[in-house]
Amino acid sequence: MKQTPSQTVGPYFAYGLTPEQYLYDFKALVGNEMVSPMDDLNCIQISGQVFDGEGKLIPDAMLEIWQNDGEKQLFGRFGTGTDPKNRYVFHTIKPKSVDGQAPHLSVIVFMRGQLIHSYTRLYFEDEPGLNAKDKILNQVPEDRRNTIIAKKTSNGYQMDIHMQGENETVFFDI
Amino acid sequence: MSEIIYNKFDWDVQPPRLSPEYKSTVLRAPTKPLILTKQTLSELSGPVFGDFNLGPLDHDLSKNSIVNGEPLGERILVHGRVLNENGQPIPNTLIEIWQANSCGRYVHKVDQHDAPLDPNFLGAGRCMSDANGNYKFYTIKPGAYPWGNHYNAWRPNHIHFSLFGANITNRLVTQMYFPGDPLLQYDPIFLGVPPKGRDLLISKFDMDATEEGYALAYRFDFVLRGNNATPFENI
Repeated sequence: MKQTPSQTVGPYFAYGLTPEQYLYDFKALVGNEMVSPMDDLNCIQISGQVFDGEGKLIPDAMLEIWQNDGEKQLFGRFGTGTDPKNRYVFHTIKPKSVDGQAPHLSVIVFMRGQLIHSYTRLYFEDEPGLNAKDKILNQVPEDRRNTIIAKKTSNGYQMDIHMQGENETVFFDI
Repeated sequence: MSEIIYNKFDWDVQPPRLSPEYKSTVLRAPTKPLILTKQTLSELSGPVFGDFNLGPLDHDLSKNSIVNGEPLGERILVHGRVLNENGQPIPNTLIEIWQANSCGRYVHKVDQHDAPLDPNFLGAGRCMSDANGNYKFYTIKPGAYPWGNHYNAWRPNHIHFSLFGANITNRLVTQMYFPGDPLLQYDPIFLGVPPKGRDLLISKFDMDATEEGYALAYRFDFVLRGNNATPFENI
């Protein structure tokens, strides 16, 4: 059987996919609090902005985060349309290393102007040893690896996503 | 257990990232080659919503936001199966649904099209596939609307879907169209799909599934990425 072709998420996904974040009257299945910042002492904030080929901020992207370190499976979803700086923001915990891989999050990027979603990963800059040995990171040309290694902040990590341009984020064919 | 590897995207039917007729791909489509990777635990797993408690009317967009009467428009049901490329049903998987109302207007605050909102229609819903991969929901047939991509561009009638499937390689966001829609031949989003894939996005009118005096019916099957495992059960 042939795969059903992908089509864009379009500009109007919010009331269907992220209704509570955008204050629509429909219960959300998932949000950006993958763990509760109040309850989990290890909670970190992951954030960033998404940019187009002219360096313009993209205010209508939707990101999904999936993480599975064999112990905890966490999923989050957030649109870039509500934060005052149009950031994506997730509250989660840093996953452990599994199968020799460096800790990482899987990131799926959707937006108007993408007929098919893009997959990337988010690695952590304070794991230089494991990052250096990570098989997938090592498949990425060295000068592009920094596009998917998040920088440490006071309460978590930050990684911008560039759809195009000099710092174009590495996207994967998974 | 032998290693299960999920199929890659099939570019015979999947749209390319850059499709200039659909103008907003020009600055948003990645330009550098994708990095081909081996699937790890992260790719071979994904969120499971099997135990999520759907609202009692989540599967009925014609009823789930009634304020003071029935929504305007033509009541329809949409049904079909969720399968993978191997032809195996994908049970208990979440299908999220959103669409414009019968006049072609979205509830979304960004939608400024000069067509009326319907106080009794939100246009969002969801359902799960059952143990055999079957799904069904009720809604109002969506209208066409202009979108400014090019001179007098109108989107054909469509319903948006989001599916998860077996793992994150299976993730699918797509749109279902209706048979015989004259706008399909002009729509760069639909035409962004290679010719071999286009029919897969058009639902079929299904007289046998209509409900007498209540709703017309359309059938639409979803096929998610399959894997190299030999099916032991031929359905």
